[in-house]
Amino acid sequence: MTDAPLAPPRRLAALLSRRPAAGRARSGALHRFLRHRLAVAGLAAIALMLLACWLGPLLIPYDQLFIDIRHRFAGPFAGPHVFGTDQLGRDLLVRLLMAGRISLTIGFAAMALSTAVGTAIGLVAGYRGGLVGAALMRCVDAVLCFPSVFLLLALAAFIRPNVVTITLIIAATGWMEVARVVQGQIRTLKARDFTLAAELMGASGFYVMTNELLRNAVGPIIVAATLTVARAILAEAYVSFLGYGIQAPVASWGNMLNNAQQYLGSAPWLAIFPGLMITVAVASFNFVGDGLRDALDARVEL
Amino acid sequence: MAGPVLEVRGLSVGFADGRRTVPAVHEVAFTLHPGETLALVGESGSGKSVTSLALMRLLPPAPRTRVTGAALLRGRDGTVHDLLALPDAAVRALRGDRIAMIFQEPMTSLNPVHRIGDQIAESVRFHRGLDRHAALKRAEGLIERVGIPDAARRLRAYPHELSGGMRQRVMIAMALACDPAVLIADEPTTALDVTVQSQILALLKGLQRETGMGLVFITHNLGVVAEIADRVMVMYAGRIVESGGVVPVMTAPRMPYTAGLIASVPRLDLKGGEMVSIPGTVPDPRAPPPGCAFAPRCPHRRPTPCDEAVPPLEAAGAGHDVRCRRWAEIAAAAAPRPALEARA
Amino acid sequence: MSAAPQDAAPLLKVEGLRQHYGGRGLFGRGDVVRAVEDVSFEIRRGETLGLVGESGSGKSTLGRALLRATVPTAGRITFGGEDITAWTAGRLRALRPRMQMIFQDPFSSLNPRMTVGGIVAAPLVIQRQGLDRAARRARVIEALATVGLPERAADRYPHEFSGGQRQRIGIARALVMAPDFLVADEPVSALDVSIQAQVVNLLMEVRRRLSLTMLFISHDLAVVGHVCDRVAVMYLGRIVEIADTRSLFSGPRHPYTEALFAAVPIPDPTLRRPRVLLDGDLPSPLAPPSGCAFRGRCRHALPACAAAVPPLRAVGPGHFAACIRDDIALAAPVAA
Repeated sequence: MTDAPLAPPRRLAALLSRRPAAGRARSGALHRFLRHRLAVAGLAAIALMLLACWLGPLLIPYDQLFIDIRHRFAGPFAGPHVFGTDQLGRDLLVRLLMAGRISLTIGFAAMALSTAVGTAIGLVAGYRGGLVGAALMRCVDAVLCFPSVFLLLALAAFIRPNVVTITLIIAATGWMEVARVVQGQIRTLKARDFTLAAELMGASGFYVMTNELLRNAVGPIIVAATLTVARAILAEAYVSFLGYGIQAPVASWGNMLNNAQQYLGSAPWLAIFPGLMITVAVASFNFVGDGLRDALDARVEL
Repeated sequence: MAGPVLEVRGLSVGFADGRRTVPAVHEVAFTLHPGETLALVGESGSGKSVTSLALMRLLPPAPRTRVTGAALLRGRDGTVHDLLALPDAAVRALRGDRIAMIFQEPMTSLNPVHRIGDQIAESVRFHRGLDRHAALKRAEGLIERVGIPDAARRLRAYPHELSGGMRQRVMIAMALACDPAVLIADEPTTALDVTVQSQILALLKGLQRETGMGLVFITHNLGVVAEIADRVMVMYAGRIVESGGVVPVMTAPRMPYTAGLIASVPRLDLKGGEMVSIPGTVPDPRAPPPGCAFAPRCPHRRPTPCDEAVPPLEAAGAGHDVRCRRWAEIAAAAAPRPALEARA
Repeated sequence: MSAAPQDAAPLLKVEGLRQHYGGRGLFGRGDVVRAVEDVSFEIRRGETLGLVGESGSGKSTLGRALLRATVPTAGRITFGGEDITAWTAGRLRALRPRMQMIFQDPFSSLNPRMTVGGIVAAPLVIQRQGLDRAARRARVIEALATVGLPERAADRYPHEFSGGQRQRIGIARALVMAPDFLVADEPVSALDVSIQAQVVNLLMEVRRRLSLTMLFISHDLAVVGHVCDRVAVMYLGRIVEIADTRSLFSGPRHPYTEALFAAVPIPDPTLRRPRVLLDGDLPSPLAPPSGCAFRGRCRHALPACAAAVPPLRAVGPGHFAACIRDDIALAAPVAA
C-alpha cells in the first residue's frame, strides 16, 4: 500500500502490450500457448490418447469382451497381454482403450451440451440484465447449491444408465460455470459503445447477442469448455465407480476402477492403469485450459 | 538554493519487442530548479509519459525495457543520487519522499477499499516513521492544505465517494505528504472538467509557491502549458524537438511541429472556417523515418536536408533549442510573425 | 458554421423531457438519478446545435434519449413531425437509418472482432436493404472514401488504426445509411490536438455535403463555437442557457456560461490571468439543491435564487437564460 499512489496506471500496461496488427495478435496467441510447456504436453497427451483409443483396439488381437479364464490375472509387461488381464482373463489394454472411447466421448459430448446451454443462458442473462438476467442467474445459483455429486447420483438412480443418459446427466450438472463466465463477459462487453451502436442501427437483441457480443466472448468460452471436458471425465468416473454409470460388461475407466477394488492387493495393476488414464486425461485438459486462458487473455484487443 | 534539484542526462528508453528493441525515448536531457515548472508537451506516442515513468523507476525491469542515462536528484542533505542507478530499495525510499508523482486518473492509483485518510497516513508512516495517530493528524492537515473542505470528515471517506476533482486533490495531498523536492504531474487535469481543471492548476501553483518544489508537468494541452509553465519541452516521437522559456517557445515557436500544435488549439474567437490541423499521424516507432521524425507531416519539408539524418538540437536563442535544420530559413521567411501578437 | 435558414421547420423537437435512472432494484429501492430534468428545445433542419456542459451535466444522457436509446421518463420527442416518445423498438427500427450517432471513445465504439468493412456494412445488413454482397461493398467503400479512408481499410481490423482513423470509421458507419440527423457525442475529445482538428473539419465537410442536422455534444466550448449554429449549456440535467453561437459568445447571460468560458485555458503565456471563477464541484444529481442548482457555486447568488428553479426566459432575440438576475455584467470571450 505504501507504493499505491505510485503504482503505474493501466495506461502503461496498454502501452507495453500494444499489438500493431491482427496477424500479429493471432500468432501472438499461438506463441503464448506454445510457451506454456504443460499445456503443450497436455495437448500432446490428449492427441495421443484420442489416437490410441481410436486405432488401438483395431490393432490389438483381443476383443474387450473375450474371456480367457486360463490366463486370468496375468501380470503386466509379461507375455502377450501387455497390460496384463483381469479376473476373467480379459486383455486390460484393449479394455482401457475401449473404456477411453466411452469416457472421452462422454467428456466431449457433455462439454458440447453444457457449453451450449451455459452460453445461451449466460448470453441472455448478461445482455438482458434486469429482472430476466437476475432470474436466470438465480437459477444458476440454485443449481450450483446442490452438491453436484449427489445430484449426479440422484439423477442416475432414476434413469437407465447408458452413454446418452450419462452424458445428459453430466451436462445437466456442468453448465453453470460456463453460464457464469459468459454472463460476466457479456455484461462487460455490453457496456462498450459498439453494443449501443448496433442497437441504434435498429439491430434486434438476437443480432446484438450473436453478432456483436458472442464473438468477443469466444476466448473465455473455449477456456471454460476445455475445463468442462476434464470435469465431465471425472464426473463419469465418479458415477461409474459408484456403480450408477456405464454398466458391465461395457468398460469405462470408472467401472474398471470399481471392479479393481476387490483385487487391490493381488492385482494392483487393475486399479493403477485406469486410475492413471483418468489422471492423465483430466490433468491434460486442465493444463490445456490453463494454457488457453493465458494465450487468449483479452490483452490482445484493446 | 542554487543549482538544479533534478538533472536528467541522456535518458533513453527502449521496449523489448520479440528480439528487437523499439526505442520510445531518445537522449532526453533537462534540468529542473527549485520552484520551477517545466512542462513536458507532446501527443500520444511522444514519449513524455515514458520519460516520467523512467525517472520514477516505474517501468517494468529489464529485459522488457532498456533504460540508459542518468537522473540526478539532489537529496535532502545535498548529496546527489542517480535515480537510474540506485538499487530498488533506495529508490523506494526516495520515491514519495524527495520525488513524487500524480497521474491522470486518480482512481487507478487510489486503493478503493481503504479510507483516504489511511492511504495518506500510510505514506507518511512509511517515510517518516510516525505513529498512526500522528500520521492521521498530518493527513488531516494535508487534506486541508489541498483545499478539501471539512477535512476531518473527508479523512474517513472512500475514494469512490469523492468527485474526480476531489480525488485528484487527495492524490496531490499524498504526493505532498513528505514535502518532495520534485513533483511529476502526468496529465493531472486531463480527465477533469475545465472548471475543475482551473482549480487544480491554481492549487498546484499555490502549493509550489509555498514549498518551492520543482514541478514537471506533463500535458498535451498547450492552454494549460501557457497557464502554468516557466519552461517548455516539446517532445515528438521520443525526442525533444523544442525547448525553452514558455514565452519564446509559445509566441515564437521555431519548430514547425510546435507551431502547428499551437495553431491547432481551438480558440474562443468564432473565426469560423476550417480548423488548423496537422495532416497525417505520428510515425510508427518500429519504422521511424530516416531523417526528421516530423518531416512526413511538415509543410516546410525539403528532402535535403530534412530526410537525410535526424537533426541535432540547435540553439535558436538564449536557452531556446530546436531540432529543425531549416528553422532559421523558416523564421526569416515568416518574419514578422503577426499571428499571436495580434491576438494578444 | 453552416447557414441554417431561420424559418426552416424543426426536424427535432423536445418538450419537457425527463430521464431518470434507478429508483427500483430487485432488492429494495435505489436512489433516483435525475439525469435530465424538464428539457425543451428544437433543432431546425440543417442546423447544428451544440450541447455544452461538464461531466455529470446529463448531456450524453440527453443525446441518447433523443435517439430513443432509452425510454424517456416524461416529456415528448418529435422527430420529423412524428411523436416518437413511445415508439416500440420495432417501430423505431424503420426510423433508425435517419438518425445516427458518433461516439466519444474510438476504442469502445468499434467491435474489435469485426473487420472495418463489416462494421461499416452492419447498418445495411441490419436494416435488410436487400443489397447483395457486391452492392454492400460498394456502399462501404463509398462511405470510407467520404471520410478519407482507402478501400483496403475495409479488410483490416479496428486495432490496426490510430484513434483519429478509428473515429473516421465510426463516422463512416454513421453515414452509410445517409441519415438526416446525427448525434455526435464528444467526437473529438479522446483525440490528440493535432488530430482533433482533422476530425472536426471532416464533420463540418460531410455536414455541408449531406445537409445534415446535428446535435454536437462537447465539453470544449472552443470547438463548439467553431462547429455550431446555436449552443445550449447544460447544468445538472437542465438547460441553463441557449442562444445563437455569436450571441452566446459575445454576451453570456448565465453566470455558469461565463465561468465555463473563463475556465478555457488560452495558449498564450503573455495573457496569464486569474481565472478561477468557480469553487467546488457539481452537486450530486441524487440530491440537487433547491431553486437554481448553480447557486452554491455562483458569485451572483441571492437568497431569492433558492426559492424556485428559474425558468428559461427570453433575454434577447433567440437567446434564453435561466437566471433571475438581469443586473449583472458577465465577461464574454468575443466582443459584441
